[in-house]
Amino acid sequence: MQTIATLQRGEKGIIQDFDIESVPLKLIEMGCLPGNQVELVQFAPFNDPLYININDSYVAIRKETAVQISIKKIA
Amino acid sequence: MSTELLKVALIGNPNTGKTSVFNHLTGLHQQVGNYPGITVEKKIGYCKLTRHKKAKIIDLPGTYSLNASSLDESVVIELLMNKNGEDYPDVAIVVSDVENLKRNLLLFTQIKDLEIPTILVINMSDRMKRKGISIDVDVLEKELDTKIALVSSRTKEGIEDIKTLLQNSKTLSSNSCLDSSIIDKEYFDRLEKVFPNQSLYKLWLVITQDVNFGKVEKNQLKEKASFATKSDSELKRLQQKETIARYKFINDILKQGYTIDKSKATDLRSILDRVLTHKVFGYVIFFGILLLIFQAIFDWSSIPMDFIDSSFASLGDWTRSVLSEGKFTDLLVDGIIAGLGGIVIFIPQIAFLFLFISVLEESGYMSRVVFLMDRIMRRFGLSGKSIVPLISGTACAIPAIMATRNIESWKERLITILVTPFTTCSARLPVYAILIALVIPDQRILGIFNAQGLTLMFLYLLGFGSAILSAYILNKVLKIKSKSYFVVEMPNYKLPMFKNVFINVFEKTKAFLVDAGKIILAISIVLWFLASYGPGEKFNNAENIIKAEVVNQEISSLELDDKIASYKLEHSYIGIVGKTIEPIIKPLGYDWKIGIALVTSFAAREVFVGTLATIYSVGSAGEEEETIKQKMAAEVYPNGEKVFTLASGISLLLFYAFAMQCMATLAIVKKETNSWKWPMIQLFGMTAIAYITALISFQLLK
Repeated sequence: MQTIATLQRGEKGIIQDFDIESVPLKLIEMGCLPGNQVELVQFAPFNDPLYININDSYVAIRKETAVQISIKKIA
Repeated sequence: MSTELLKVALIGNPNTGKTSVFNHLTGLHQQVGNYPGITVEKKIGYCKLTRHKKAKIIDLPGTYSLNASSLDESVVIELLMNKNGEDYPDVAIVVSDVENLKRNLLLFTQIKDLEIPTILVINMSDRMKRKGISIDVDVLEKELDTKIALVSSRTKEGIEDIKTLLQNSKTLSSNSCLDSSIIDKEYFDRLEKVFPNQSLYKLWLVITQDVNFGKVEKNQLKEKASFATKSDSELKRLQQKETIARYKFINDILKQGYTIDKSKATDLRSILDRVLTHKVFGYVIFFGILLLIFQAIFDWSSIPMDFIDSSFASLGDWTRSVLSEGKFTDLLVDGIIAGLGGIVIFIPQIAFLFLFISVLEESGYMSRVVFLMDRIMRRFGLSGKSIVPLISGTACAIPAIMATRNIESWKERLITILVTPFTTCSARLPVYAILIALVIPDQRILGIFNAQGLTLMFLYLLGFGSAILSAYILNKVLKIKSKSYFVVEMPNYKLPMFKNVFINVFEKTKAFLVDAGKIILAISIVLWFLASYGPGEKFNNAENIIKAEVVNQEISSLELDDKIASYKLEHSYIGIVGKTIEPIIKPLGYDWKIGIALVTSFAAREVFVGTLATIYSVGSAGEEEETIKQKMAAEVYPNGEKVFTLASGISLLLFYAFAMQCMATLAIVKKETNSWKWPMIQLFGMTAIAYITALISFQLLK
């Protein structure tokens, strides 16, 4: 399954779905919603946390959250 | 004619320049207080609108939405929900950042739906050209049903427009933007039937607050349980639906009134991020900045500190020379002036620290540090956000503990609060300085490193090390279930604004001075009383007893005075305390005099040096460290053995490194955790660690 955590630096994807229990509402409110675009900007050592651009908001989230959000990679 | 007062709430996402707008509107007419019962800062300022109209502006903590996930954010909701509250606003100003307008408008629509008259400030308009953004203000005003001020807090442009809009606050619309009931018609219909006269959106907010944070009063709703038909995850699903509906509304409007030409955007962010969040350079730069901070705190600030020290010493001498001798003069000079001096001397270090933290936060760099450090810190049960408190702790644990408030996970926040006092705060510095000078030889190791300097460095590392290690243990021991939220905005890089930094440093330093000052001052007065009075013959008749003792000896009157003073001290209340605890501290290598200093140090560590100065009867002969040091070095037990040896010195150093000796910190921990349990755990836990390590080191070294 493709998730935000499987993106490489600079790659983009479209958010498909996520388990609502494991994604904080704050992230949802920042624009983590199905259909929105997400880009991986940078990762910290050990690939955690991840620095992403989601719906034009720049945020860092932990890997444990990122693996819950499935995406579809776009070229 | 009386002045009309308009109550205004300033609301906005973090990093939108809300505070700059506040500073421009109110200048230095600000008051910083706390919300009742919690230590979230409450900033209020005044702004003159016309001759007869003034605005009272409350700067609310930054929040992303009305669904709180931290203590800071819940303040905003509570204030906006309580229509009868003292601070309930007549007008809300929502500050947004032109580059993040879409996300900022989410909060705006929520505020509008509370039916509060709202002004939208679009800040950082000076960036529009560079970022290729254009805005049709008329369209946005019409569609959002509000008034808009385009503002550049950097150039002050548009601030007057806000004032004009406030003058005409009567014309602002208080209609809501969105009908929230569309997300679940049936549910909202039922709500309306149970609570016929209430705003549905408000009800909805009250019901959902618990899902994420849970602080808003729900009592009046509890009895009528028919709304409680939804589980938490159902409610959260509805919140997601609500968010989608809001973004749809916002996107439709922005399509008409907001365009961005991405080809024009010059991207400072990606260039800087490539270096500052780099796997290697990122850390190198961060540690470089840390070194710079320590350099400032311990080297540069020594100049103003020496000046303050000598100024207070001369103030004391001057007071003594002007006033007649007596108990009151003693209290004033030895109690109050000395106590005040003990607080004021920390101002340069604290101000430097706040200066750095303020600049790092304003520039957007601090979020990058949080990002870099989170993985490492998490291993020890901390959060990337714990890094700010741990750095601040090297100046003073009090502001450091207050800086934990933006950590969303309660467990991570609690652990940060509990371990922060291990970091070497500036109050330990004078204690370390005199003990190291006393027992560590001033010689080079391997021809390069100075042994005294190395010891000091070791003590700093020990502080950090024990903070991290105890966090690791606490993480394993504490069974607290807490959702691990970690969402950190990575704001745009900005050049810090001098005015904001200055006001921030000024206000924080003032708060420290007042809060910590009250306690230290009170303690030094109490200490002075306990040392100046005692029960029984021995104390009251000290002069005659000593005179009788030395009747056949050659002795100068100065020496005689010293002898009398120290005999008095031994039989004063505080001396009795010292004698009582002597058996407990004997195995650590301390005598009763050090015991007194230990006891008084529980108020504040830096009292140690002053207490020893009094005890070794240096008295008014001069408070220079050299003198105290010589007296300490010469101090012997009745059998001729030295009191301060390598063994007892190291034992004392370790005791001060670990023990929880700061009442002000305990008070703040109580306030922040809302219970006496945690400060007591700190007090007894840390002091036990201190006792055991001091015991072991003394027994091994002696």
